Amino acid sequence: MYDVIIIGAGVSGSAAARELSRYQVRACVLEKAEDVCCGTSKANSGIVHAGYDAAPGTLMAKLNVRGNDRMGELAEELDFPFSRKGSLVICREEEGLLALEELKKRGELNGVQGLEILNREQVLELEPNVTKDVIAALYAPSAGIVCPFGLNIALAENANRNGIEFYFNTEVMDIRKTEKGFLLETSAGVYETKYVVNAAGVYADQFHNMVSREKLHITPRKGEYYLLDKSAGDHVSRTIFALPGKLGKGVLVTPTVHGNLLVGPTAEDIEDKDGVNTTPEGLAAIAGKAGQNVSGLPLKKVITSFAGLRAHEDRHDFVIGEVQDAPGFIDCAGIESPGLTSAPAVGEMVAGILKDKLNLEVNPGFQGKRKGILDPSKLTMEERNELIRQNPAYGSIICRCEMISEGEILDAIHRPLGARSLDGVKRRTRAGMGRCQAGFCSPRTMEILARELGEPMEAVTKSGGGSRLIVGTNKDRI
Amino acid sequence: MEQYEIVIIGGGPAGLSAAVSARKAGAQRILILERDKELGGILNQCIHNGFGLHTFKEELTGPEYAARFIEQACELQIEYRLNTMVMDISLDKTVTAMSRELGMYQIQAGAVILAMGCRERSRGALNIPGYRPAGIYSAGTAQRLVNMEGFLPGRKVVILGSGDIGLIMARRMTLEGAQVQVVAELMPYSGGLKRNIVQCLDDYGIPLKLSHTVTDIKGRERVEGITLAAVDGKGKPVPGTEEEYECDTLLLSVGLIPENELSGQMGVTLNPVTSGPVVNESLETDIEGVFACGNVLHVHDLVDFVSEEAAMAGENAAHYVDNSQRTAEAYEKTDSAAGQEASAAVALKPENGVRYTVPSLIHPDRMRKEQIIRFRVGSVYKNCYIGVYLNGERILHRKRPVMAPGEMEEVKIKKSQLAGLSRPAELSIQVEEA
Repeated sequence: MYDVIIIGAGVSGSAAARELSRYQVRACVLEKAEDVCCGTSKANSGIVHAGYDAAPGTLMAKLNVRGNDRMGELAEELDFPFSRKGSLVICREEEGLLALEELKKRGELNGVQGLEILNREQVLELEPNVTKDVIAALYAPSAGIVCPFGLNIALAENANRNGIEFYFNTEVMDIRKTEKGFLLETSAGVYETKYVVNAAGVYADQFHNMVSREKLHITPRKGEYYLLDKSAGDHVSRTIFALPGKLGKGVLVTPTVHGNLLVGPTAEDIEDKDGVNTTPEGLAAIAGKAGQNVSGLPLKKVITSFAGLRAHEDRHDFVIGEVQDAPGFIDCAGIESPGLTSAPAVGEMVAGILKDKLNLEVNPGFQGKRKGILDPSKLTMEERNELIRQNPAYGSIICRCEMISEGEILDAIHRPLGARSLDGVKRRTRAGMGRCQAGFCSPRTMEILARELGEPMEAVTKSGGGSRLIVGTNKDRI
Repeated sequence: MEQYEIVIIGGGPAGLSAAVSARKAGAQRILILERDKELGGILNQCIHNGFGLHTFKEELTGPEYAARFIEQACELQIEYRLNTMVMDISLDKTVTAMSRELGMYQIQAGAVILAMGCRERSRGALNIPGYRPAGIYSAGTAQRLVNMEGFLPGRKVVILGSGDIGLIMARRMTLEGAQVQVVAELMPYSGGLKRNIVQCLDDYGIPLKLSHTVTDIKGRERVEGITLAAVDGKGKPVPGTEEEYECDTLLLSVGLIPENELSGQMGVTLNPVTSGPVVNESLETDIEGVFACGNVLHVHDLVDFVSEEAAMAGENAAHYVDNSQRTAEAYEKTDSAAGQEASAAVALKPENGVRYTVPSLIHPDRMRKEQIIRFRVGSVYKNCYIGVYLNGERILHRKRPVMAPGEMEEVKIKKSQLAGLSRPAELSIQVEEA
């Protein structure tokens, strides 16, 4: 019998787990995928929003600003890439000026610091590649960019280090109320718990609706993106948003923490909760809109495109709290943008609820510091040589585009909640995320995975389940 | 810091041939840095035959072809280091390299030869819509898995792109027991060699669909199928022409890109058409003493031409090192009398159907008796001519029954044809209708 079971090892579930691990509690996270960060958390803009978008008074507004506040400190504690670069909302039409002022006012009501309306010259001085049609922009110095994988993985690893169990390939099929709590039927057996945290992303409505008469309805809202080569990474140095206007919502253009340029997302409501395919229409829409606010975007330098799903709840606010007609069942639902930004605050809030309900005592062994995978490129040559002397694997480059060594890949596999697949290695180390998109390194990374996990090459997957990379050996059916 | 006269980045066919010829031209201290575990580069995974017809007048497999050069390099006692990644090359030719055994270290090079080869264009660069399951490989990655490791990446295969690796892999996958359903090509013509279409597709009854592309990829975990559609003249899919193919694998052979990350970081000017360095008649980049050859310079169809080109680069690098003192003086003089030197240089201008030329610049005083100019055309031409014009005056007119983007072309210019120029000159290469 667990005190708490968290459904979903995305960024919200992992943040909740990490904050919960500050207390003495028996808790686990159940994840249907083979790894953390496999749903909404892995495919988004990676933006740490300032907090002027959400309507004042909403939970979204509150947690956005709090999450933004916490992000810097958390990045230090948990060692994930984050950079407070600032953002600009670009206004190109006189009619937009009022909306820009509104946005600023809303931000101030939400408690966002440092908001400023810049004139054309000021904008172009900050960002020479912003369209010359710009007439003004809302500047938010507190906005930033974060590695979405890095944040999610760091939270989960630290939670695990502090005693929270994680079970992967464990899909919750049914939830039943019992006298003492809940019975969770999963694809890997039955779990019993006093409390459930429903952090299931686009699936959170399904679990909520299993226990409550007050129904939730979550629409997967698809967003498609282009990721551009690092040689285009400094085209802008801040996140450039479009002011929603006559031409619709527009797309953002942002540098990523690793130096690429990201362009997107589209917004299309779909039915399929696993519908993360890109579409000709979506990709064409990005290309069409990308140039509206930023000039000379080198879209030819695209290295990949992808789609993610936002968990849009009908009321467009985060739904966090105990479900009224299902005591013990804590929703953490409707976590769409700015969900990534809010994650630290979402975690605090969920853990706070559980602490009060369960009367939890502080975990004296809690260690809030976590060291990420070493980035040898930040070392001096002497330090790097010392590292290679100690562990020669750091001298062997596997991914030549991102210059990732075997040492980093081994670390990714062998650390807590380590990588089990090519994508798992990729999200942790960036091996395969560069311009050749794993063309050269995938056979070598597969070899390392097979060797380290003690499985045959045929068992190595791209992302768990049936995503096998090799189907047999030469002439095996001739 | 270690010192070498010539450091060669890459131990594939270009690097090997450059090393051999540099040694024959007198260079003493030559070092090849190779990132893989053996010399030979991509040739090691090209186990089919057809290599060496020009160089050795016989048909060899890729590994056999590589072995000929590796033997020569060993006989000439050329030093090489394997499993070594070059991390950086500075403007003053300090090469920073790294390996398990030696850690990270620097070498001062007198001359550098860039011979890093190329990489394959990926699915991402094409914006093919759909899911991102396992089972999508570039043809070269699949080739490595099959030919070097013995693993079959799939059983039911669709290939997009009719580049040579794609064609070769259509045959290889068939021979290993997979079923290759179709090869689709976006362009109205194949990007591969004619002989490969005959020997790899026709002989095995594999259909080639020109002017077709993949418009959707299905399957969440492993590829389950793809959609193929015809494209119009602009490469846009034509609605209503979609055909579904059930398959577990999509191989991509959609272009090769010279790997010039190191060159770019160093400040070498790149040609946007080839993605390779801009070079002069000596295959020297715009950084003095830095030479480029093979697929890092421009993508070749035949390794024989890579070897030939690289041999020139190696010889030129040896001469550069040998004459470095004199050359340095000459360059200083050039600086002070820039106008004079520039007036003798001939700029090559690709025009009317010619996409690029290698080299881009010829100094007639430094060229050999005869200069090979290599180039590609932008589409298929039949019964046309190649015209070469010096300052508007035609100096060469050669008939070509067929020219296609997939086949590299060349013309030869004699030193005498460029003699006696006193002003900056322009050499235009163009396709001319009959």
